[in-house]
Amino acid sequence: MPLIDLANPSRFLALASRVLPWLTAATLLAFAFGISQAYLAPDDYQQGATVKIMFLHVPAAWLGMLAWGVMSVAALGTLVWRHPLADVAAKAAAPIGAAFTLMCLVTGSLWGRPMWGTYWVWDARLTSVLVLFLMYLGVIALWRTVDDPARAARVVAVLTLVGAINIPIIKFSVEWWNTLHQPASVLRLGGSTIHPTILVPLIVMVVAFTLLFLTLHLAAMRNEILRRRVRTMQMLQADARA
Amino acid sequence: MTMALGPQDLGPHAAFIVLSYAAAIAIVAVLVAWIVLDRRHLTRELGELESQGMTRRSERTGDDKT
Repeated sequence: MPLIDLANPSRFLALASRVLPWLTAATLLAFAFGISQAYLAPDDYQQGATVKIMFLHVPAAWLGMLAWGVMSVAALGTLVWRHPLADVAAKAAAPIGAAFTLMCLVTGSLWGRPMWGTYWVWDARLTSVLVLFLMYLGVIALWRTVDDPARAARVVAVLTLVGAINIPIIKFSVEWWNTLHQPASVLRLGGSTIHPTILVPLIVMVVAFTLLFLTLHLAAMRNEILRRRVRTMQMLQADARA
Repeated sequence: MTMALGPQDLGPHAAFIVLSYAAAIAIVAVLVAWIVLDRRHLTRELGELESQGMTRRSERTGDDKT
């Protein structure tokens, strides 16, 4: 199926219905494998068993940023290419991104307490992730405030692109400023500093979480298309009655 | 004699690890429930509108189009 065909919501719905069961199965399989690997992973020589929190915290942080990346590409799709599904993709990604960012903040706090002695510190990494979470809430609120989805899409797209500046700030905050948070240990020049016995389960969990994001996003996009159909039909019904 | 730590021994900070996994499961469960319930609600609403004879403009034919 050519990519341009996906611009048609009906074709997209048909494709989503075909793909979603397979994606769900792949997600469940990846999580079964990932969680078993995380369970069997050895303790860290410094952090002990609390390193198991990393198998949730790192994928959640990755998805919190990925979802904003998806929204930023969708924002370009709305403003530049006027793709009919771009704002559907952006709107569907926002609550999912917010949920994963919240998961990152919660698991990070629960990891920080035994390792740093505090749940929270206002350092650059933690604060920039909190800002990301607040931006998600702002975008969700904006979608709900503006009644017309097409008008809301343009306003949200501009805000999303402005907010995208926060993603590199989050990524490089541990290098640019002196923070309590550890520096990059997975994606860094010179390779990962994590031992393979912990790195492999982490990568499997990242894959599982990414599949979960794709599944939820596709399902949420399908819902958003249905919501717009309901809205259109309700407006036609109101017109017919007037 | 001291026993070696097995992978299932979560050590002195077990509560923080268990709470982290519980929070992650709760957040994912809420997301999945929201999406499933939203779809159920929208499908029902769409069905009700269609049963009242409403169709989208793109589904109308010929003279029906307004």
